[in-house]
Amino acid sequence: MIEIINLSKFFSTESGDFTAINDINLTIEDGDIYGIIGMSGAGKSTLIRCINLLEKPSEGKILIDGVDITALEGNGLLELRRKIGMVFQKFNLLMQRTIRDNVAFPLEVAGVDKKQRLERVDELLDIVGLNSKAGSYPVQLSGGQQQRVSIARALANNPALLLCDEPTSALDSLTTNSILKLLKDINHKLGVTIIIITHEISVVEKICKKVAIIDESRIIEKGLVKDVLKNPQKEMTKKLLERGELIE
Amino acid sequence: MSEFIAQYGSLLIENTWITIYQTTLSTLFAYILGIPLGVLLVISQPHGIWPHKSLNACLGWVVNVGRSIPFIILLVALIPFTRFVMGSAIGPKAVILPLVIAATPFVARMVESALMEVDAGVIEVAQSAGASIRQIVWKVILPEGLPSIVLGASITFITLFGYAAMAGVIGAGGLGDVAVRYGHYKYQSDVMIATIIILIILVQIIQVLGNGISRKIDKRLKNKIGGGKN
Repeated sequence: MIEIINLSKFFSTESGDFTAINDINLTIEDGDIYGIIGMSGAGKSTLIRCINLLEKPSEGKILIDGVDITALEGNGLLELRRKIGMVFQKFNLLMQRTIRDNVAFPLEVAGVDKKQRLERVDELLDIVGLNSKAGSYPVQLSGGQQQRVSIARALANNPALLLCDEPTSALDSLTTNSILKLLKDINHKLGVTIIIITHEISVVEKICKKVAIIDESRIIEKGLVKDVLKNPQKEMTKKLLERGELIE
Repeated sequence: MSEFIAQYGSLLIENTWITIYQTTLSTLFAYILGIPLGVLLVISQPHGIWPHKSLNACLGWVVNVGRSIPFIILLVALIPFTRFVMGSAIGPKAVILPLVIAATPFVARMVESALMEVDAGVIEVAQSAGASIRQIVWKVILPEGLPSIVLGASITFITLFGYAAMAGVIGAGGLGDVAVRYGHYKYQSDVMIATIIILIILVQIIQVLGNGISRKIDKRLKNKIGGGKN
């Protein structure tokens, strides 16, 4: 279980301080697919990046199975990150490595020996249906295939938690559906908890069990998808339902 | 023509080898020193993976100082130091020291700009996978930046050809020495022209090689359709 308690992040820039997220409280149960939806600049990316400490929170706590992770440093921090998978909007594959070696990257980092690495990579490429591309390079793959590789990579170290930062925003609608289906399968078969950041309501409708709506750095509404979407309480949520997505 | 070759052929060949030897060795040593410096310049930046403001500023300053001294002046200024380290201030071997000193800051900047091209998103993936700074440098930054580093290396090599020729003027041997002694002092334009032709050919070869190797190793240039070739 992940408990986010009174979490805030302030940035100081040359043009003054600004608050990226403000007093966020959120509980994510094991096995959930939790959607966090908001406009660009609302703070949703900062929030997800706090969970594996790519951003260091300014205030508040993040408890994973009851242990506060926000104070982790050095090896403790590296260990934590190895247990959390992350998928990015831009896929971010290593362009000079084959698909096989891209998926093997987190295993290499964790010190898994070569034989085990290769076995695990085969399993992972099976899961995402790309075994035939093992020897190819990223540039030879389509966007959707590259995102599958990045999902396989994120699952390499058997994480209990998968963070997805706008995983379908760079994809067309058909590919989006297949990636969402893959994420749902992974959640179902492997029991991986998934937190997914998006600005598209359709993503939430298709795979999420729960949703939080974030606006101007704060969570304005949260709960089961069926409740929130059927009976929105806030103006922003209603607007979102009308337009289907939250881009200005 | 055959008379010219009979008279100057062995002189030109010998000095061509000296120039290649000086340039190759100094490029090699400059990279051994310049790659770690370039890596430090990149990772110690404010948004780098190992931010160190004062170290970054200090290294940047040293590199800029090194780059602002024209080579011919550096060469002369370093004579006492070269004599102390190499046992002699002149000669084909001794000149490698000033060449390396001149080239290292240049290489550091070349490597820095090559590594700056590595996508920040890829580095972020490595961080999110729990990679240490050392792992990010060895497994991500250097391999991803390698094709650009190789392109830079041919530029460095060519720049050092020019430097080595200058060093010829103060007795380092090589093609610069031949051009000055025969072409300039003895008014033998044919020797001068021959050295220029040799230099042009060498530079072309290095540039073609550098471009070729860089393209060969850069997997971003793989054939998109029907992949796996090459």
